[in-house]
Amino acid sequence: MQISGAQMVIEALIAEGVDTVFGYPGGAIMNVYDEIYKQDNFQHILTRHEQAAVHAAEGYSKVSGKVGVAMITSGPGFTNAVTGLADAYMDSIPLVVISGQVPMSLIGTDAFQEIDAVGISRSCTKHNYLVTNASDLPRVLKEAFHIAATGRPGPVHVDIPKDVTAEIAEFDYSIKVDLETYKPHVKGNPRQIKKAIEAIANAKRPVFYLGGGIINANAAYEVRDLVHKTGIPAVETFMARGTLSHDDDLLIGMLGMHGSYAANMAMSETDLVIGLGARFDDRVTGKLSEFAKNAGVIHVDIDPASISKLVHANYPIVGDVKNVVNEILDSVSKINADKYEGWRETIENFEELHPLAYHEDTDRIKPQWVIERVGQLLGDDANISTDVGQHQMWSGQFYPFSRPRQFISSGGLGTMGFGFPAAIGVKAAMPEKTSINFTGDGSILMNCQELMTAVEKKLPVINIILNNNYLGMVRQWQTLFYDKRHSETDLSVQPDFVKLSEAFGGIGYRVKTKEEFDAALKDAVEKNIVAFIEVIVERLENVLPMVPSGGSLFNMMLLEKKEK
Amino acid sequence: MTEISERRVISVIVINESSVLSRITDLFSARGYNITSLTVAPIPETKYSRLTIVTSGSVRVIEQITKQLHKLIPVLRVYEHADLVEKEMAMIKFPVTENITEISTLCEAYNGKIVNVGENVIIVMVTDEPKRVENFLKVIKRYNPKEIVRSGAVALER
Ligand SMILES: Cc1cc2nc3c(=O)[nH]c(=O)nc-3n(C[C@H](O)[C@H](O)[C@H](O)COP(=O)(O)OP(=O)(O)OC[C@H]3O[C@@H](n4cnc5c(N)ncnc54)[C@H](O)[C@@H]3O)c2cc1C
Ligand SMILES: Cc1ncc(C[n+]2csc(CCOP(=O)(O)OP(=O)(O)O)c2C)c(N)n1
Ligand SMILES: [Mg+2]
Repeated sequence: MQISGAQMVIEALIAEGVDTVFGYPGGAIMNVYDEIYKQDNFQHILTRHEQAAVHAAEGYSKVSGKVGVAMITSGPGFTNAVTGLADAYMDSIPLVVISGQVPMSLIGTDAFQEIDAVGISRSCTKHNYLVTNASDLPRVLKEAFHIAATGRPGPVHVDIPKDVTAEIAEFDYSIKVDLETYKPHVKGNPRQIKKAIEAIANAKRPVFYLGGGIINANAAYEVRDLVHKTGIPAVETFMARGTLSHDDDLLIGMLGMHGSYAANMAMSETDLVIGLGARFDDRVTGKLSEFAKNAGVIHVDIDPASISKLVHANYPIVGDVKNVVNEILDSVSKINADKYEGWRETIENFEELHPLAYHEDTDRIKPQWVIERVGQLLGDDANISTDVGQHQMWSGQFYPFSRPRQFISSGGLGTMGFGFPAAIGVKAAMPEKTSINFTGDGSILMNCQELMTAVEKKLPVINIILNNNYLGMVRQWQTLFYDKRHSETDLSVQPDFVKLSEAFGGIGYRVKTKEEFDAALKDAVEKNIVAFIEVIVERLENVLPMVPSGGSLFNMMLLEKKEK
Repeated sequence: MTEISERRVISVIVINESSVLSRITDLFSARGYNITSLTVAPIPETKYSRLTIVTSGSVRVIEQITKQLHKLIPVLRVYEHADLVEKEMAMIKFPVTENITEISTLCEAYNGKIVNVGENVIIVMVTDEPKRVENFLKVIKRYNPKEIVRSGAVALER
């Protein structure tokens, strides 16, 4: 059929099964918005900032496993969205982000709201396109969705000049995507898999090192089977939380800079690291030369560039972790239950020596308590988003995650302002679960305008602000490594968070005691409207344990023991 | 693993499209890799171009470069050459007042010749292995070259 470029965008989104688009209109994308107005196949959620539109699409994608879609205009609309693109790129989140561009005839003339969008997005997207003919649009959009979702997922940016959205051309979406230069390797090499299985059979102190790739691959339940079948203990990265359930006996905990003592010690003493969809991030490995020093490394990853990038892999396996885990499951025999008993005992001893804990030694609520408490009250019924800082790490440490895709957080880029819009996207994708955003008094002010979006669209996100009157994570480093010179991190001057929420039509609570907190959370869940729960917490609490930047995993700063 | 930095030649076959060269150079600058030289030209009667990149780095860095290049969507193939024939061209401008006979003899030794004679200057070209071109450029210094241009290396696997 002969339709305009703008209509093609709509038709393609419908054909891709998109039910929600997050966006913000402007001059260059108006033709497309005009078509959005005329259709009712998908909902459009107007965020109040383009950055938030992209984060909302990320939240939507992470919780649902579908490709997230955001739409923005040229120039400032696009530049506002760049942080979201970069965030999705670092965390391998599949997005298609469509931006308007000035008309072809004006490109290169410093036209009004012209910016070299594909030039900017090149380094923070998996791929990008500047569409110069409407007749290219069906192919480009189809490729965009394909590239975003396959292989190592990531954001794809499509920049469309205004005249191209007006141009009439033939639309046929039944074309097949045929990219001879892009063929992700999904099946692991059988010989390599066989060698890896032998290595597992020969290992005495093996550890599964579970990463976010498992969540991407929808492989968490297969991984659970493999862990249980082999009886090998497992650590999770921050991005892999929920792969194993919090109450799984074989889950040691999170590893890394703020990982548990037992997880980091297990990693230091293991003789075989079985890495599944994890990328050996510097926050995880600490000092590279000391990381899993005496261990062989199996590394399963769909991205060959992740393998042996930082830590040499003795058994590299390029492939989709779901396929590879299934292959291993088929050939690995149920291992004698006693085989790793001694090793598990060693790990249990580490756990007993320095369990993940905090002290209830002040009048003020401890931030960790809030996270644990929400876990007790809502547990599996909530999806958890976070902002960035101490509250984020405590969420990763203390929330009892029970399923994959339950935890949505900005790991790779560490973007303050991510949490609230992401939680809106989460709620839009999965309305039946309570959408909680653990945030800080610093982070919430980046993107608090999204109160308006949430109220308007009746997406009742509950923001729990752990208010320590500090940019706490930075303050912690200043306390520890800059001789307590708290440069520009004191947030004593603050808005009235209750009124702020109310000003947009949400509800607000300010709580200082545990009883007040329980009551506020209960009330917010029951009323089912957008909420800020501001919790006044201990100001100077530090996230522990901690591996100082560049230190070795086994050299942790630990929680001081208290006399009972 | 050795961390010694070595010179390497990488050939990349890419789809001919407008942004492909910037994708590649952006990747090098974003990840802090060196480019010593880069040449690019279309492969006749195909929709592809061939790039020859001379770079340097440790074994690990070179491995990352090839993997990262391969990740770019329009990249069809990446060859990291071990056994190859490599050539480079250089053109040099000399004042006519220099000893042209000597220069011409030297050029011949490096697969070259005089390609242009003007009123005030002559232009010569040589085509040889990059190392030998390097050597040639050292030798002709004493003839006061006014301008030197090098093409960058091209290479084919043996
Ligand atoms: C303040 C702060 C502190 C932090 N501290 C820690 C910490 O203590 N511990 C910690 O773990 N993290 C921490 N992080 C997060 C950290 O920065 C990284 O985001 C995280 O460690 C990366 O997790 P990952 O290795 O699971 O990789 P991801 O970023 O989730 O990458 C996934 C990997 O899996 C691969 N993959 C994707 N899909 C597939 C598939 N289908 N099949 C196979 N492979 C696939 C990808 O190629 C990639 O290599 C912190 C972040 C912040 C902001
Ligand atoms: C956009 C952005 N700017 C700056 C930082 C650096 N940073 C990391 S954590 C942090 C403090 C966050 O403070 P708050 O939201 O109050 O959380 P807390 O650490 O106090 O829990 C800052 C400034 C960042 N990660 N993102
Ligand atoms: Mg704070």
